[in-house]
Amino acid sequence: MWLIMTSLAAIIATIVWYVKAPEDKYKLGLLSLMFWGASLMWLVDHVMAYLTERGAFFEIDLDATFLGVAVIILALLVWEIVLLVSDPKGVLKRVLKREKLP
Amino acid sequence: MACFLVPAGEAIVTTVVQKVMENKDKKDVGEKVDVIGLKWSRRLSWLNKMLWGGTMLLALEHVWHREVVPWPPFLTAMENPGDVAPMLHEIATVGVAMAVTVTAVWGIMVLIAELKTKSISLVEEAPVSGGE
Repeated sequence: MWLIMTSLAAIIATIVWYVKAPEDKYKLGLLSLMFWGASLMWLVDHVMAYLTERGAFFEIDLDATFLGVAVIILALLVWEIVLLVSDPKGVLKRVLKREKLP
Repeated sequence: MACFLVPAGEAIVTTVVQKVMENKDKKDVGEKVDVIGLKWSRRLSWLNKMLWGGTMLLALEHVWHREVVPWPPFLTAMENPGDVAPMLHEIATVGVAMAVTVTAVWGIMVLIAELKTKSISLVEEAPVSGGE
């Protein structure tokens, strides 16, 4: 289930990146590449497990769904931290400047 | 079990290579060397993002499945001597296959980007005259 959810997130992130391209102010390229990296790795893992163990290709249950949600949350969290640290709109800089004013 | 350690190892190596390339690119700009197409540091940044992103999310999956724990020896397979050999086998097969697949996809991405860059520069060099 987490493979399906991560792949879907990768596709959506890539579409949004393409719509906004060539500008990548909000680092959507980073987000989509993170999701694609994980999707590819899990695809290999699933294929190899299927070939060797011959079980179900996708694990579809509540636990796998929660894992998929947790994976997407972690990726979004990392992307948001990178975005806030790089601060492409200069929002934090402006907020901190305002705080400094008497 | 610990298959993500192979892409993690590759990510460490490629990150170091990317930093070296970035310094080289900065030096080239200083010496005013013309670079046509994408710089290697930028190409490598795509691979690094895929490898680090994949490693991080796979690490979460391993923690979720209690294959990785926050206390030594960190990998639960290491606690039982009988599980060490299957873990090493998984690292050697699944882990290597993951790293090779991500690198191969990145190679295709770089190839497509290079071909696109070449076709754009060819069109700019020889504009087609037409009309009337």
